[in-house]
Amino acid sequence: MGRCPVKGSAIGASGRSLGDEALRIEGLYKSFGDLQVLKGIDLVVAEHEVVCLIGASGSGKSTLLRCVNLLEPIEAGRVVVEGEEITGRDTNLDHVRRRIGIVFQAYNLFPHMSVIDNVTLAPRKVLRRPKAQAHDEALTLLRRFGLDEKADQYPDRLSGGQQQRAAIVRALAMEPDLLLLDEITSALDPELVAEVLEVIRELAVSGMTMVIATHEMGFAGDIADRICFLEQGQILEDGPPSQVFGDPREARTREFLQRVIESGRMGGEAAKHLRLTE
Amino acid sequence: MSETKPAHPSRSRRISEALRHPPPGAKAVAIATTSTIVLLVVVGFVVINSPGWERVQSSFFDFDVFGERFEQLVYAFRINIQIFLISQAMILVCGLLLAVMRSLESPVFFPFRAAATIYIDVFRGVPSILVIFLLGFGVPALRIPGTTNDPFFWAVVALTLIWSAYVAEVYRAGIESVHPSQNAAARSLGLSATQSMRYVVLPQAVRRVIPPLLNDSIGLLKDTALVSFIGAVEIFRRAQIVQAATFNFTVYVIVAIIFLLLTIPMARFVDWLVARDRRRQWAGAR
Repeated sequence: MGRCPVKGSAIGASGRSLGDEALRIEGLYKSFGDLQVLKGIDLVVAEHEVVCLIGASGSGKSTLLRCVNLLEPIEAGRVVVEGEEITGRDTNLDHVRRRIGIVFQAYNLFPHMSVIDNVTLAPRKVLRRPKAQAHDEALTLLRRFGLDEKADQYPDRLSGGQQQRAAIVRALAMEPDLLLLDEITSALDPELVAEVLEVIRELAVSGMTMVIATHEMGFAGDIADRICFLEQGQILEDGPPSQVFGDPREARTREFLQRVIESGRMGGEAAKHLRLTE
Repeated sequence: MSETKPAHPSRSRRISEALRHPPPGAKAVAIATTSTIVLLVVVGFVVINSPGWERVQSSFFDFDVFGERFEQLVYAFRINIQIFLISQAMILVCGLLLAVMRSLESPVFFPFRAAATIYIDVFRGVPSILVIFLLGFGVPALRIPGTTNDPFFWAVVALTLIWSAYVAEVYRAGIESVHPSQNAAARSLGLSATQSMRYVVLPQAVRRVIPPLLNDSIGLLKDTALVSFIGAVEIFRRAQIVQAATFNFTVYVIVAIIFLLLTIPMARFVDWLVARDRRRQWAGAR
C-alpha cells in the first residue's frame, strides 16, 4: 500500500542501512472545519530512515506530523508505529506519544522550568524514573549536545539555537522510536540554523528514525534517504534526493523547486542535483 | 538654523515629541505639587464654608472620640482579620478547583463543567449581603441537628462561597492565557492531561494571576464588614454599638481609616508586582 515498500536491511540514499518498518501511514485524511488539509496520505518509513517532507506553507507538512503524534485527531486512515496500530479505538494516547518525539518550530520549552527540569519532567512523571537517575541521564544528553553548562538556566536566558537544541534533548530524553521535527529552524536567526542542523545530522548518523518537515532544501538533500513533496494535502512525489531534486517527475515539484531557487533558499547537495539538470 | 530648516526631519520630530512628554524631573514634580495644593485648598474652602460644616465636624471628626475609641475598634478588627484569613485560604483552593473543573475539555466531564459554570454564575450574580443573610439566618433556622448558629462560622462559609466564584474566573483567565502549544508540548512527551495541567499549565497560569488575585483579596477584606449583619461582633458592628451609645459618627471614620491602613498597602503591593512583571517581560522579550 505504501509508495515505497521497505524491506529489512536495505540501504538508504544516505548510505545508512535501514531496518524494519518503523512507521506506516495509510489513507490519512484530516480537515479543519471546511478546509481539507490532508487528502489521503500514504507513507512508510523504515527504522533508521530519514524522510524529509518538503512543500509550500499550507501544504500539510506540519499537520501530517501532528497527526502522527496524535496531537490532532484524524478523520480517516491508519497510523502504525513499530507494527502497532495507534489509531485504533482503544489506543492509550499517552502511551503512544511516549514513543514518538516531536520538536516544534517555536521550541515550546516550559518557561517556568530550568533546562534540566524541562528535560527530566517527562522521564520522571511518565516513565517514573528516580529523580537522581533522570537528572544524570539528562545531563549526559545535554553534554552530548553542548548544553550541560546551561542545565540550570531558564529558557529565556538561552539563544534561539540553544533553546531548540534543548527542545530536541527534551524529546530524546524519552528515548523515542521515532522523532518528528516540525520546521525546527524556521523561527531561528540565520546564523543559528547551522548549530541545530548539526544536531540533526548527528542524530541521523546515530541511526535515529526521523520525519522532518523543512524548508532547508540543502540540508534535506544532504541528510535525507527520501524526499516527499507535499502539495495540497497529498504526497505528489516520493523518492531519493537525487531523483526528486535532480529529476523531478512532476511538473509541480519542478515549479516548487524553481520558486525555492529564486528565493535563494537552496544550497548544498540539492542545488548540485538541480544544476545538473539545467 | 535648525528651526527654519531642520537638518534631520526625524530629529526635529523627536524633539517635539520630547517636549510633549517631558521626563519626570524637578519641574514636573513642582507642577504636580502645586496643582494638588490648589485643588485641596479649593475643596477644603468649599467644605468648611458649607452651612452644615460645624455639625458635621462635631459628629464625624471628634478628636476626643477618636482617641477614646480607636484602640477598641482595632481590637474588634481582629475578628475581620480572622474571617479574612480563614476564608482567603479556602477561597484560593476552592476557586482553583472550580477553575480546573470549568477548564476540563473532555465530553465525559460535561456535568462537572456545567456545575462549575452554574455555580459561578449564581454566586457572582447574587449580592453578597443576600448570601450572608440566607446562610447566617436561614440555615440555623432549619435546626438540623449538628449545625451551628455561630455567625463567625457562617460568615466564613458565605464569603468563601461568594469569592470562590470570582477567584475561579481569575484562575480560569490565567489558564486560558497559557498558550495551547505548552499543553501540546507536554502531551507530546506522554504526559497525561492531568499531569500537563498540574506541572505545565497551572504553574504558569497562577504566576500570571497573582496581581488580580490580590485585588480580589482587597475586596474580600472589605466584605468582612458585611457579616456584621448576621451578628458577628466585628469592627463595623462594634462601631454601630459605640455610635448608638455616644450619638457620634466619628467611629465610622475610624473604621474607614483602619480598613485603609490595610487596603492601601495591599493596593500598592499589587501595583509593584504588576510593574515588576512588566519589567521582566520586557527584559525577556527578544
